[in-house]
Amino acid sequence: MPDAVLVPPDHTAPVAFTRAQLEWLPWLEPLAIEALTERHMASLVDAARLKSPYFRLLARDPDALEARTRTDKDIFYNPDAGLPRAERELAAAATSRFNGCVYCASVHSRHAATYSKREADVQRLLDEGVAADLGERWNAIVAASVALTATPIAFGPEHVDRLRRSGLDDLAIADVIQAAAFFNWANRLMLSLGEPAAGG
Amino acid sequence: MRIPGTDADVIDALVGITPGSPLDAIRVRRPEARAQAQATYRALFAPDVPGNVTAQERFAVGAFVAGLHGDAAIAAFYAARLSDSGASTALREAVDAAIAAAGTQGPYGSYPAGPLSREDTPGPAYRAAAATRRALGPRLAAAFEHVHLLVFHPRDATPVALQALLDAGWSTTDIVTLSQIVAFLSFQIRVVGGLRTLAGRP
Repeated sequence: MPDAVLVPPDHTAPVAFTRAQLEWLPWLEPLAIEALTERHMASLVDAARLKSPYFRLLARDPDALEARTRTDKDIFYNPDAGLPRAERELAAAATSRFNGCVYCASVHSRHAATYSKREADVQRLLDEGVAADLGERWNAIVAASVALTATPIAFGPEHVDRLRRSGLDDLAIADVIQAAAFFNWANRLMLSLGEPAAGG
Repeated sequence: MRIPGTDADVIDALVGITPGSPLDAIRVRRPEARAQAQATYRALFAPDVPGNVTAQERFAVGAFVAGLHGDAAIAAFYAARLSDSGASTALREAVDAAIAAAGTQGPYGSYPAGPLSREDTPGPAYRAAAATRRALGPRLAAAFEHVHLLVFHPRDATPVALQALLDAGWSTTDIVTLSQIVAFLSFQIRVVGGLRTLAGRP
Protein backbone atom coordinates (compact mmCIF):
# COMPACT_ATOMS: atom_id res chain seq x y z
CA MET A 1 0.00 0.00 0.00
CA PRO A 2 1.45 3.42 -0.88
CA ASP A 3 2.12 5.80 1.99
CA ALA A 4 -0.80 8.13 2.70
CA VAL A 5 -1.81 10.97 4.97
CA LEU A 6 -4.04 9.86 7.84
CA VAL A 7 -7.44 11.38 8.46
CA PRO A 8 -7.76 11.80 12.25
CA PRO A 9 -10.96 10.51 13.88
CA ASP A 10 -13.67 13.02 14.89
CA HIS A 11 -12.30 15.16 17.66
CA THR A 12 -12.48 18.60 19.25
CA ALA A 13 -9.52 20.81 18.40
CA PRO A 14 -8.46 22.98 21.37
CA VAL A 15 -8.96 26.67 20.46
CA ALA A 16 -7.00 28.11 23.38
CA PHE A 17 -3.78 27.35 25.25
CA THR A 18 -4.53 25.10 28.20
CA ARG A 19 -2.87 23.15 31.02
CA ALA A 20 -5.40 20.36 30.50
CA GLN A 21 -4.28 16.95 29.28
CA LEU A 22 -4.53 16.78 25.47
CA GLU A 23 -4.24 13.98 23.00
CA TRP A 24 -2.04 14.10 19.86
CA LEU A 25 -3.33 12.61 16.61
CA PRO A 26 -0.78 11.73 13.91
CA TRP A 27 -1.12 12.75 10.27
CA LEU A 28 1.28 9.99 9.16
CA GLU A 29 1.23 6.30 10.05
CA PRO A 30 3.22 5.44 13.19
CA LEU A 31 4.92 2.05 13.23
CA ALA A 32 2.57 -0.65 14.50
CA ILE A 33 3.51 -1.97 17.94
CA GLU A 34 3.84 -5.49 16.55
CA ALA A 35 6.17 -4.25 13.78
CA LEU A 36 8.75 -2.74 16.15
CA THR A 37 12.22 -4.28 16.01
CA GLU A 38 14.64 -4.29 18.93
CA ARG A 39 16.30 -1.22 17.41
CA HIS A 40 12.96 0.62 17.31
CA MET A 41 12.22 -0.39 20.90
CA ALA A 42 15.63 0.85 22.08
CA SER A 43 15.10 4.16 20.28
CA LEU A 44 12.01 4.83 22.42
CA VAL A 45 14.34 4.89 25.48
CA ASP A 46 11.36 4.54 27.88
CA ALA A 47 9.20 1.46 27.23
CA ALA A 48 6.09 3.47 28.23
CA ARG A 49 6.49 5.47 25.01
CA LEU A 50 5.37 2.40 23.09
CA LYS A 51 1.81 3.66 23.62
CA SER A 52 2.55 7.05 22.07
CA PRO A 53 1.76 7.44 18.36
CA TYR A 54 4.15 10.42 18.29
CA PHE A 55 7.15 8.37 19.41
CA ARG A 56 6.19 5.37 17.24
CA LEU A 57 6.08 7.72 14.24
CA LEU A 58 9.50 9.22 15.08
CA ALA A 59 10.84 5.66 15.60
CA ARG A 60 10.87 5.37 11.80
CA ASP A 61 14.27 7.12 12.13
CA PRO A 62 15.41 5.38 15.31
CA ASP A 63 18.92 6.82 15.58
CA ALA A 64 17.61 10.38 15.32
CA LEU A 65 14.83 9.64 17.84
CA GLU A 66 17.10 8.07 20.41
CA ALA A 67 19.65 10.91 20.28
CA ARG A 68 16.81 13.47 20.40
CA THR A 69 15.35 11.89 23.52
CA ARG A 70 18.68 11.62 25.34
CA THR A 71 19.40 15.30 24.52
CA ASP A 72 15.98 16.25 25.89
CA LYS A 73 16.44 14.33 29.15
CA ASP A 74 19.79 15.92 29.99
CA ILE A 75 18.58 19.45 29.25
CA PHE A 76 15.47 19.12 31.41
CA TYR A 77 16.29 16.50 34.07
CA ASN A 78 20.00 16.89 34.81
CA PRO A 79 19.90 17.84 38.52
CA ASP A 80 23.43 19.30 38.63
CA ALA A 81 22.89 22.96 39.56
CA GLY A 82 22.05 25.53 36.87
CA LEU A 83 18.45 26.58 36.26
CA PRO A 84 15.81 25.03 38.56
CA ARG A 85 13.60 22.48 36.81
CA ALA A 86 10.54 24.76 37.09
CA GLU A 87 12.28 27.47 35.08
CA ARG A 88 13.59 25.06 32.44
CA GLU A 89 9.93 24.11 31.99
CA LEU A 90 8.99 27.81 31.89
CA ALA A 91 11.42 28.33 29.00
CA ALA A 92 9.86 25.34 27.21
CA ALA A 93 6.33 26.65 27.79
CA ALA A 94 7.22 30.19 26.67
CA THR A 95 8.89 28.90 23.50
CA SER A 96 5.85 26.74 22.73
CA ARG A 97 3.48 29.64 23.43
CA PHE A 98 5.42 31.89 21.02
CA ASN A 99 5.69 29.29 18.24
CA GLY A 100 2.02 28.41 18.74
CA CYS A 101 2.34 24.75 19.76
CA VAL A 102 -0.78 24.19 21.86
CA TYR A 103 0.12 20.57 22.62
CA CYS A 104 3.72 21.26 23.77
CA ALA A 105 2.58 24.28 25.78
CA SER A 106 -0.02 22.15 27.60
CA VAL A 107 2.53 19.58 28.75
CA HIS A 108 5.24 22.00 29.79
CA SER A 109 2.95 24.57 31.40
CA ARG A 110 1.66 21.72 33.58
CA HIS A 111 5.24 20.85 34.51
CA ALA A 112 6.13 24.52 35.12
CA ALA A 113 3.09 24.93 37.38
CA THR A 114 3.79 21.69 39.26
CA TYR A 115 7.44 22.47 39.98
CA SER A 116 7.03 26.21 40.67
CA LYS A 117 3.63 26.11 42.46
CA ARG A 118 2.89 29.34 40.54
CA GLU A 119 -0.22 28.12 38.70
CA ALA A 120 -1.67 31.62 38.25
CA ASP A 121 1.49 32.99 36.63
CA VAL A 122 1.80 30.00 34.31
CA GLN A 123 -1.86 30.37 33.35
CA ARG A 124 -1.28 34.07 32.66
CA LEU A 125 1.49 33.12 30.20
CA LEU A 126 -0.96 30.82 28.40
CA ASP A 127 -3.86 33.30 28.45
CA GLU A 128 -2.06 36.57 27.73
CA GLY A 129 0.94 35.30 25.80
CA VAL A 130 4.65 35.96 26.11
CA ALA A 131 4.18 39.66 27.05
CA ALA A 132 2.39 38.71 30.31
CA ASP A 133 3.96 40.25 33.44
CA LEU A 134 5.19 37.35 35.56
CA GLY A 135 7.68 39.22 37.76
CA GLU A 136 11.16 40.28 36.62
CA ARG A 137 13.01 36.95 36.88
CA TRP A 138 10.38 35.03 34.92
CA ASN A 139 9.94 37.94 32.51
CA ALA A 140 13.68 37.78 31.79
CA ILE A 141 13.53 34.02 31.14
CA VAL A 142 10.48 34.38 28.88
CA ALA A 143 12.02 37.30 26.97
CA ALA A 144 15.27 35.38 26.42
CA SER A 145 13.35 32.30 25.22
CA VAL A 146 11.26 34.39 22.83
CA ALA A 147 14.30 36.22 21.41
CA LEU A 148 16.05 32.92 20.82
CA THR A 149 12.92 31.50 19.17
CA ALA A 150 12.59 34.30 16.62
CA THR A 151 13.93 33.49 13.15
CA PRO A 152 16.46 35.00 12.53
CA ILE A 153 17.46 34.78 16.19
CA ALA A 154 17.04 38.03 18.16
CA PHE A 155 18.90 36.90 21.29
CA GLY A 156 21.62 39.38 22.21
CA PRO A 157 23.92 40.58 25.02
CA GLU A 158 21.01 42.52 26.55
CA HIS A 159 19.24 39.21 27.26
CA VAL A 160 22.33 37.78 28.94
CA ASP A 161 22.67 40.94 31.06
CA ARG A 162 19.01 40.85 32.11
CA LEU A 163 19.25 37.18 33.12
CA ARG A 164 22.37 37.92 35.16
CA ARG A 165 20.62 40.83 36.90
CA SER A 166 17.88 38.35 37.81
CA GLY A 167 20.43 36.14 39.57
CA LEU A 168 21.15 33.52 36.90
CA ASP A 169 24.74 32.30 36.66
CA ASP A 170 26.22 31.25 33.31
CA LEU A 171 25.26 27.58 33.73
CA ALA A 172 21.66 28.65 34.38
CA ILE A 173 21.75 30.95 31.34
CA ALA A 174 23.07 28.06 29.23
CA ASP A 175 20.13 26.01 30.54
CA VAL A 176 17.68 28.72 29.37
CA ILE A 177 19.38 28.65 25.96
CA GLN A 178 19.26 24.86 25.65
CA ALA A 179 15.68 24.54 26.97
CA ALA A 180 14.34 27.18 24.56
CA ALA A 181 16.43 25.78 21.69
CA PHE A 182 15.19 22.26 22.38
CA PHE A 183 11.57 23.37 22.15
CA ASN A 184 12.27 24.89 18.77
CA TRP A 185 13.06 21.29 17.82
CA ALA A 186 10.08 19.70 19.59
CA ASN A 187 7.49 22.30 18.52
CA ARG A 188 8.27 21.79 14.83
CA LEU A 189 7.77 18.03 15.02
CA MET A 190 4.59 18.23 17.09
CA LEU A 191 3.07 20.98 14.94
CA SER A 192 3.84 19.45 11.56
CA LEU A 193 3.29 15.72 11.98
CA GLY A 194 -0.09 15.73 13.74
CA GLU A 195 -2.56 17.80 15.73
CA PRO A 196 -3.85 18.16 19.30
CA ALA A 197 -7.28 17.00 20.43
CA ALA A 198 -9.16 17.93 23.59
CA GLY A 199 -9.95 15.39 26.25
CA GLY A 200 -6.96 13.05 26.07
CA MET B 1 33.72 10.14 21.04
CA ARG B 2 35.06 13.34 19.58
CA ILE B 3 37.92 12.88 17.17
CA PRO B 4 39.46 16.24 16.22
CA GLY B 5 39.27 17.02 12.55
CA THR B 6 37.05 14.16 11.48
CA ASP B 7 34.21 14.14 13.96
CA ALA B 8 34.58 17.41 15.84
CA ASP B 9 31.61 18.53 17.89
CA VAL B 10 29.75 20.86 15.52
CA ILE B 11 28.31 23.12 18.22
CA ASP B 12 31.73 23.54 19.89
CA ALA B 13 33.35 24.23 16.53
CA LEU B 14 30.76 26.81 15.47
CA VAL B 15 30.77 28.62 18.83
CA GLY B 16 34.58 28.40 19.02
CA ILE B 17 34.63 26.50 22.33
CA THR B 18 38.12 25.28 23.18
CA PRO B 19 39.03 22.77 25.90
CA GLY B 20 39.33 24.44 29.29
CA SER B 21 37.44 27.59 28.27
CA PRO B 22 34.54 28.88 30.44
CA LEU B 23 31.95 27.60 27.92
CA ASP B 24 33.67 24.20 27.85
CA ALA B 25 33.27 24.06 31.63
CA ILE B 26 29.56 24.79 31.20
CA ARG B 27 28.99 22.22 28.48
CA VAL B 28 30.78 19.57 30.58
CA ARG B 29 28.00 19.95 33.15
CA ARG B 30 25.44 18.76 30.58
CA PRO B 31 27.51 15.96 29.06
CA GLU B 32 24.65 13.96 27.55
CA ALA B 33 23.12 17.03 25.92
CA ARG B 34 26.49 17.74 24.35
CA ALA B 35 27.18 14.18 23.19
CA GLN B 36 23.65 13.44 22.03
CA ALA B 37 23.24 16.70 20.12
CA GLN B 38 26.32 15.61 18.18
CA ALA B 39 24.92 12.06 17.88
CA THR B 40 21.77 13.57 16.36
CA TYR B 41 23.90 15.51 13.89
CA ARG B 42 25.58 12.26 12.87
CA ALA B 43 22.29 10.35 12.69
CA LEU B 44 20.83 12.96 10.36
CA PHE B 45 23.86 13.92 8.25
CA ALA B 46 26.10 10.83 8.29
CA PRO B 47 23.67 8.03 9.16
CA ASP B 48 24.77 4.42 9.58
CA VAL B 49 21.66 3.44 7.65
CA PRO B 50 21.22 6.04 4.89
CA GLY B 51 17.68 5.04 3.90
CA ASN B 52 16.11 6.82 0.93
CA VAL B 53 17.30 10.33 1.74
CA THR B 54 20.65 10.99 0.07
CA ALA B 55 23.54 12.82 1.70
CA GLN B 56 23.18 15.54 -0.92
CA GLU B 57 19.48 16.00 -0.07
CA ARG B 58 20.31 16.16 3.64
CA PHE B 59 22.96 18.83 3.15
CA ALA B 60 20.91 20.79 0.61
CA VAL B 61 18.16 21.01 3.23
CA GLY B 62 20.77 21.81 5.90
CA ALA B 63 22.25 24.62 3.82
CA PHE B 64 18.76 26.02 3.15
CA VAL B 65 17.73 25.94 6.83
CA ALA B 66 21.01 27.49 7.95
CA GLY B 67 20.79 30.15 5.25
CA LEU B 68 17.24 31.07 6.28
CA HIS B 69 18.48 31.73 9.82
CA GLY B 70 20.86 34.40 8.50
CA ASP B 71 23.89 33.35 10.57
CA ALA B 72 26.92 33.61 8.29
CA ALA B 73 29.18 31.10 10.08
CA ILE B 74 26.56 28.38 10.38
CA ALA B 75 25.37 28.93 6.81
CA ALA B 76 28.98 28.67 5.57
CA PHE B 77 29.44 25.39 7.48
CA TYR B 78 26.43 23.72 5.86
CA ALA B 79 27.17 25.23 2.42
CA ALA B 80 30.65 23.67 2.65
CA ARG B 81 29.19 20.28 3.59
CA LEU B 82 26.83 20.54 0.61
CA SER B 83 29.85 21.14 -1.64
CA ASP B 84 31.66 18.18 -0.05
CA SER B 85 28.66 15.98 -0.83
CA GLY B 86 29.38 16.48 -4.53
CA ALA B 87 26.61 18.97 -5.25
CA SER B 88 26.79 20.56 -8.68
CA THR B 89 27.29 24.28 -9.15
CA ALA B 90 23.72 24.46 -10.44
CA LEU B 91 22.38 22.87 -7.24
CA ARG B 92 24.47 25.11 -4.98
CA GLU B 93 23.32 28.18 -6.88
CA ALA B 94 19.70 27.03 -6.62
CA VAL B 95 20.07 26.69 -2.84
CA ASP B 96 21.51 30.21 -2.65
CA ALA B 97 18.70 31.54 -4.85
CA ALA B 98 16.11 29.83 -2.64
CA ILE B 99 17.66 31.36 0.49
CA ALA B 100 17.59 34.83 -1.09
CA ALA B 101 13.97 34.42 -2.24
CA ALA B 102 12.55 32.73 0.86
CA GLY B 103 14.05 34.73 3.72
CA THR B 104 11.59 36.42 6.09
CA GLN B 105 10.97 36.69 9.84
CA GLY B 106 9.14 34.18 12.01
CA PRO B 107 7.30 32.77 13.77
CA TYR B 108 4.00 33.73 12.15
CA GLY B 109 0.87 31.84 11.22
CA SER B 110 -2.75 31.14 12.11
CA TYR B 111 -4.62 29.29 14.84
CA PRO B 112 -7.84 27.26 14.57
CA ALA B 113 -10.81 29.69 14.52
CA GLY B 114 -11.58 30.89 18.05
CA PRO B 115 -10.17 33.13 20.76
CA LEU B 116 -6.61 32.78 19.43
CA SER B 117 -7.61 34.11 16.00
CA ARG B 118 -6.78 37.63 17.22
CA GLU B 119 -3.15 36.49 17.37
CA ASP B 120 -3.17 35.29 13.75
CA THR B 121 -0.17 36.80 11.96
CA PRO B 122 -0.24 36.49 8.19
CA GLY B 123 2.95 35.82 6.25
CA PRO B 124 4.16 34.29 3.03
CA ALA B 125 4.16 30.63 1.99
CA TYR B 126 7.24 29.86 -0.12
CA ARG B 127 6.89 28.47 -3.63
CA ALA B 128 10.13 27.80 -5.49
CA ALA B 129 10.58 29.86 -8.67
CA ALA B 130 10.57 27.88 -11.92
CA ALA B 131 14.35 28.04 -12.45
CA THR B 132 15.04 27.07 -8.84
CA ARG B 133 12.55 24.22 -9.11
CA ARG B 134 14.25 22.92 -12.26
CA ALA B 135 17.69 22.95 -10.63
CA LEU B 136 16.49 21.40 -7.37
CA GLY B 137 14.32 18.78 -9.03
CA PRO B 138 10.75 18.03 -7.91
CA ARG B 139 11.72 16.13 -4.76
CA LEU B 140 13.99 18.79 -3.27
CA ALA B 141 11.73 21.61 -4.46
CA ALA B 142 8.83 20.09 -2.51
CA ALA B 143 11.13 19.63 0.49
CA PHE B 144 12.25 23.27 0.40
CA GLU B 145 8.64 24.50 0.36
CA HIS B 146 7.98 22.37 3.44
CA VAL B 147 11.22 23.48 5.11
CA HIS B 148 10.19 27.12 4.81
CA LEU B 149 6.89 26.29 6.54
CA LEU B 150 8.71 24.53 9.39
CA VAL B 151 11.32 27.25 9.81
CA PHE B 152 9.08 30.33 9.72
CA HIS B 153 5.44 29.38 10.32
CA PRO B 154 5.16 25.88 11.75
CA ARG B 155 1.72 26.53 13.24
CA ASP B 156 0.37 26.72 9.66
CA ALA B 157 1.27 23.04 9.09
CA THR B 158 -1.50 20.83 7.68
CA PRO B 159 -1.88 17.28 6.35
CA VAL B 160 -2.06 18.88 2.88
CA ALA B 161 1.59 19.94 3.25
CA LEU B 162 2.55 16.33 3.99
CA GLN B 163 0.54 15.12 0.98
CA ALA B 164 2.63 17.43 -1.24
CA LEU B 165 5.77 15.67 0.03
CA LEU B 166 4.27 12.22 -0.56
CA ASP B 167 3.28 13.33 -4.07
CA ALA B 168 6.90 14.40 -4.73
CA GLY B 169 8.26 10.98 -3.78
CA TRP B 170 8.98 11.35 -0.05
CA SER B 171 7.87 8.25 1.88
CA THR B 172 6.45 8.47 5.40
CA THR B 173 9.85 7.49 6.81
CA ASP B 174 11.63 10.00 4.55
CA ILE B 175 9.31 12.74 5.86
CA VAL B 176 10.18 11.84 9.44
CA THR B 177 13.88 12.19 8.60
CA LEU B 178 13.32 15.46 6.71
CA SER B 179 11.28 16.87 9.60
CA GLN B 180 13.97 15.84 12.10
CA ILE B 181 16.66 17.56 10.02
CA VAL B 182 14.79 20.87 10.01
CA ALA B 183 13.70 20.59 13.65
CA PHE B 184 17.14 19.54 14.89
CA LEU B 185 18.84 22.38 13.01
CA SER B 186 16.35 24.81 14.58
CA PHE B 187 17.82 23.59 17.89
CA GLN B 188 21.48 23.42 16.89
CA ILE B 189 21.49 26.90 15.34
CA ARG B 190 19.92 28.39 18.50
CA VAL B 191 22.36 26.67 20.84
CA VAL B 192 25.23 28.00 18.73
CA GLY B 193 23.76 31.51 18.57
CA GLY B 194 22.89 31.57 22.26
CA LEU B 195 26.21 30.20 23.55
CA ARG B 196 28.18 32.45 21.22
CA THR B 197 26.38 35.47 22.66
CA LEU B 198 27.03 34.19 26.20
CA ALA B 199 30.72 33.63 25.44
CA GLY B 200 30.97 37.17 24.09
CA ARG B 201 29.73 38.60 27.38
CA PRO B 202 32.27 37.39 29.96
